[in-house]
Amino acid sequence: MSATQTSSTAREPFGTRIRTWWNGLSRFQQWGLLIPLVAVVYLLPLLNFFPLSTEPGTNYEIALFNAARMALLAIGLNVVVGQAGLLDLGYVGFFAIGAYVAAVLTSPDSVLYGDYPWLAVVPIAMAVTMISGVILGTPTLRLRGDYLAIVTLGFGEIVRLLADNIPQLRGNQGFQSVGGPPGTYADGSPIFVQTDGAPWYWLTVTAIIVVLILVGNLERSRVGRAWVAIREDEDAAEIMGVATFRFKIWSFVIGAAIGGLSGVLYAGQAAFVNNQRFDVITSVLFLAAVVLGGSGNKVGVILGALVISYIPDRFQVISEYRYLIFGLALIVLMIFRPQGLLGARQRLLAYGRQAYRKLLGRSEPVATESPMQDSGKGVNA
Amino acid sequence: MNQSLSAQVLAQGESWIGFDVGLFIDRFWANTVDGLSYGSIYALVAIGYTLVYGVLKLINFAHSEVFIVGAFAAYFTFTALGFRPGPTLDIPMIEIVVNLLLAGVVAMIASGLLALTLERVAYRPLRKKKAPRLVFLITAVGASFTIQQLFLLWRGANAERAIRLLRPEPVFEFFGARVTNIQLTIFLASLVLMLVADIFINRTRLGRGIRAVAQDPDTATLMGVNRERVIMLTFIVGGVLAGAAALFYIMQIPQGVLYNGGFLLGIKAFTAAVLGGIGNLRGALLGGLILGIAENYGQSLFGGEWRDIVAFVLLIAILMFRPTGILGESLGKARV
Repeated sequence: MSATQTSSTAREPFGTRIRTWWNGLSRFQQWGLLIPLVAVVYLLPLLNFFPLSTEPGTNYEIALFNAARMALLAIGLNVVVGQAGLLDLGYVGFFAIGAYVAAVLTSPDSVLYGDYPWLAVVPIAMAVTMISGVILGTPTLRLRGDYLAIVTLGFGEIVRLLADNIPQLRGNQGFQSVGGPPGTYADGSPIFVQTDGAPWYWLTVTAIIVVLILVGNLERSRVGRAWVAIREDEDAAEIMGVATFRFKIWSFVIGAAIGGLSGVLYAGQAAFVNNQRFDVITSVLFLAAVVLGGSGNKVGVILGALVISYIPDRFQVISEYRYLIFGLALIVLMIFRPQGLLGARQRLLAYGRQAYRKLLGRSEPVATESPMQDSGKGVNA
Repeated sequence: MNQSLSAQVLAQGESWIGFDVGLFIDRFWANTVDGLSYGSIYALVAIGYTLVYGVLKLINFAHSEVFIVGAFAAYFTFTALGFRPGPTLDIPMIEIVVNLLLAGVVAMIASGLLALTLERVAYRPLRKKKAPRLVFLITAVGASFTIQQLFLLWRGANAERAIRLLRPEPVFEFFGARVTNIQLTIFLASLVLMLVADIFINRTRLGRGIRAVAQDPDTATLMGVNRERVIMLTFIVGGVLAGAAALFYIMQIPQGVLYNGGFLLGIKAFTAAVLGGIGNLRGALLGGLILGIAENYGQSLFGGEWRDIVAFVLLIAILMFRPTGILGESLGKARV
């Protein structure tokens, strides 16, 4: 975009100003603003007042949990799609694998049932999804763009069809009473039950915060810079000595692990897993969350996930039409605002920009946008 | 404890995938015949993917919906003509042929129009903005999603019950496998349509325009080719053939038409296109037939429920080992 390029007198877009202001704050000030915000987020299940409440209709706490779970998924998918620029249409496969690992290990219906503690199941599930990320990534990540998307779609479908066809995975019949985290109230009743979404919500928000910190650190690390380089121009990155294949695998693996974690949480809260929730439509919904919010922008994808998950739960009228609405939203958004609601700004040069601005007292000379907006490699450009 | 557990898993795990070589050999020719008739449907749909990819370098993800709209159009034509789901009616042959042709034409028009609309509404604004390819694919996914949901809201999640005008009757034997009149019609009609498409692309003026844009859009524009018109034409040709395939699909598949019935077929047709060499018209035919046959062989070898997995595994395998397909990408290659 050339808006920031033209002159310093031109008014910068609102998002840019917010970002500049935020990046200008010290780490201490940032934390000072974040902690009350996080506190409000944690208090949401208790703040069941009119504009937020989903009454009458769906259970408010469970709606919150579902939104948080979707946000976690979106953060995971954002690592793959937003950071590394690999369009993954089979992300639901990792979500399914996480859910199934939890179900297979903790449901009495399973032949592998043992009295495994839930806290041991989580790392196992994440390890299995990471391994499946390597299995999917190793052969397919040599492909680019559209082809990669189709292959990942095939992978997601294969996972679902395996769940359909392997008798031990119980197909439509599914697994009952999947385990959840330990813990009881003072009177001995368990905290994590299917009917009460609030503890699950708090757990998921905690997981989101941990994941955000980890992913944020990764983004600022060598790995994250390699991802941005791959996203912007894979060939150039390769020539400049970035081991593109290895970093693409990393993004797949990390994205997969987060998807798996989300699957475990889903399986635990629903306490039931069968083959019905892991189809391509779900996968596209995840993608819609990421693209809607702003691919590559962590705050954006969380917002996108809330829109995708919470709005239909809040407004029952549209819940029947939600897939239609999000399908249309994808088209309209791609035509008018390809970078999503909150566009990502390339982080690679962020620190360089700050320095430049401080030195010369004006905005940066080069302004780059997300890969959803660059115009160099268009279709028959 | 652990050992008995793993033994238990193994004991139960034995049966989940079969290798029934006997059945494979017994049904070899029957599967070949079935595969050829399914494969010709895949091939017709695959042309839509191949042409659009050749001209725009775009995987038109919504092409599966172009196909299913054709299937619905054919179905509604049958109902409008007074046919009801259920057992085949006994009507004279000439009437059957006229009705089938009518439904086919309606399906082709509906599919062609939808393909054109998609191009105008979803892809053209992006082309004008010179959007990156990822954006095109996401739009295509969104369009596919939208059309599917519209049909879900309109017709519900249950398949329309099949209407069959033509009763399957064996016409002749092929190495002991019975070939029905339906299979023969589908195979021959598809071959004729493919031949027409091939002649159209390779011999006519308009076809030359398509090939020119596929090879080098800028030079083609300089040489006086109207690029927008060529792209429209490409979408229409692909859509019309998908409409024809939709009619054959209705004739072939007894389960009827379902709102998301296009998805799987679309993936298979795309697999066929990639298998033969995406961007290559003859490759689409070859890929479609091979995929149809492979799928049917896989079905008797591994068991019916693995049929769809064969297509997906084949897709991944081709893209990994030979992404340019058997015949290579060639729509844009100059032929003297």
